Amino acid sequence: MNEMRTTGAPGRREVVAPASTSLEARRRALKARRLRRGWAALGLVVPAAFFYVLFVLRPLVLTVQYSFYDWNGVGASTFVGADNYTRLVEKPELLGSIVNALELIIYFSFIPVVLGLLTAATIRKFAASRLALVSRTVLFLPQVIPLVAAGIMWTWLLATDGLVNEIMRAVGLGPVTRAWLGDTSTALGAVGVIGAWVALGLCLLLLLSAMTKIDPALYEAARIDGAGAIREFFAITLPSVRQEVGVCVTVTVIAALAAFDIVFISTQGGPANSTLVPGLEIYYLGFFSREVGQASALAVVFMVLVLAVVLPIQRLTKEED
Amino acid sequence: MIVSRRERWLGHGLLILLMAVTVIPFISLFVTALHKPGTYPSGLAWPETPYWSNFVDAFAAADMWALLWSSLLIELGVVPAALLIATLAGFSLGHLRPPGHRWIFLTFILGLTLPFQAIIVPLYYQMRDMQLLNTRWAIILPLLGLYMPFAVMWMRAHFVTMPQDLSEAARIDGANTWNLFTRVHVPLSRPALSSLGILMFLWTWNQFLLAVVLVDDPKNRTMAGALGAFQGQWGTDIPLLCAGSLLILTPTLLVFLAFQRQFVSALMQGALKG
Repeated sequence: MNEMRTTGAPGRREVVAPASTSLEARRRALKARRLRRGWAALGLVVPAAFFYVLFVLRPLVLTVQYSFYDWNGVGASTFVGADNYTRLVEKPELLGSIVNALELIIYFSFIPVVLGLLTAATIRKFAASRLALVSRTVLFLPQVIPLVAAGIMWTWLLATDGLVNEIMRAVGLGPVTRAWLGDTSTALGAVGVIGAWVALGLCLLLLLSAMTKIDPALYEAARIDGAGAIREFFAITLPSVRQEVGVCVTVTVIAALAAFDIVFISTQGGPANSTLVPGLEIYYLGFFSREVGQASALAVVFMVLVLAVVLPIQRLTKEED
Repeated sequence: MIVSRRERWLGHGLLILLMAVTVIPFISLFVTALHKPGTYPSGLAWPETPYWSNFVDAFAAADMWALLWSSLLIELGVVPAALLIATLAGFSLGHLRPPGHRWIFLTFILGLTLPFQAIIVPLYYQMRDMQLLNTRWAIILPLLGLYMPFAVMWMRAHFVTMPQDLSEAARIDGANTWNLFTRVHVPLSRPALSSLGILMFLWTWNQFLLAVVLVDDPKNRTMAGALGAFQGQWGTDIPLLCAGSLLILTPTLLVFLAFQRQFVSALMQGALKG
């Protein structure tokens, strides 16, 4: 039925043009051809669908199935109902991993987006200058290297005798220095700093390129109305780049919730589970303590959590279209 | 546009500061890599005698040629095949629009926000049953599936913008669907294809989780996975670790600097579409 309606669409001239008695016959012939082409077209999707179904959808369904069983990966499995899910709430390290992931959003997402916005707004007027062009390359470096490498670099920078502490001692903050990744009270924040370092460049450059597209007449009008820099930012700049802010937030929030590489390299989830995140806990449960069911239940909650956080952000920013 | 002097200074100052924050970790890595093996050098101090030999030692210790070869094979297994199947699907869903194309597309999109960790456990058992654990196929095959949501969306978005008139004209000239695809649409898709290719190249090179879980031998892993193994093995010898990390980073950095414009635009577009 859908196909019939498209007959009047632009680009399908052949159908609409000859309004004669043979219209019905032509229509039937066309429909047959479409159907034939339709099958051919569906055939083109098959290779992509094959890999997607086999390596994404199948494991996805299996995750849900496993989550209702108790299984060590080798022997027989027993159905346990929702036990694995109730344990998620009861066991502090499981629930804690989710809380940690949510806390990481502050560092991975909030800080880079806010900093990126402020910096982009400050430098937008000379976005075409030489320095700004060089910065495009430099600020992208963290996006290009493996997160593992970022983890290794920063583990060293944040160590007891690392550069961060060195600088703090130099400016008289000696008493606060510590092994940032080894202290239960600072480890999560320190991991967050690594994530913020990775995300900042991308956010800044995305927002900057959006800001250069704003019509300068808007700013002139605001100037004439006597608006200051701050009014200008909230009245013109921010609303104009709303969609790009949404993009930055979405990308970085997913990176925060799904953090794995950085944590794996820098803290392995410690000290005392203070940096344990769901991705890492799934890995430990699934491959070390061999609690496949428990790992799967956490994975299911983890997926739902990502969707529950990301979908509203998408809604909010796509509204304007 | 009128820019006051103060604004210019403030802006440039901020930019330089951010660039410094971005670059200093790299410099620290480099300087540390030149210190005496086994020591714990502090800060950014240049060593009295730079141990350039660390790079040679790390090159041998990490077995760099084997690692590069392995990553290259994995890239060759993933990127061309993923480009091909995603283009076919994108062409079909975005341009030919067979019955049910909306539902098929929605099913692909479902996987867009899926973190790899969520399905890694069943994937492991699946690979075990297929007897592919510890081979490069254990990384290549799942990646082909895992890239599809983004890749199909990307290519579909491109083909949606191609005018139907173009296809009708080609059909009047006697082109069948296959000719239409290879002669008309693929040549016109080159920019979309190259951006997607760059993104998938980078994601594959940097893929860590699949490598760590599904492949034990670093010589069958991706570069990022091998780096993880290298850290596990040499983690206590900081200068050597730094030298090794730098070596493992070098290919990516070289490729990035060579194709920086394409990389930047691919990454920005990639973020915008995702």
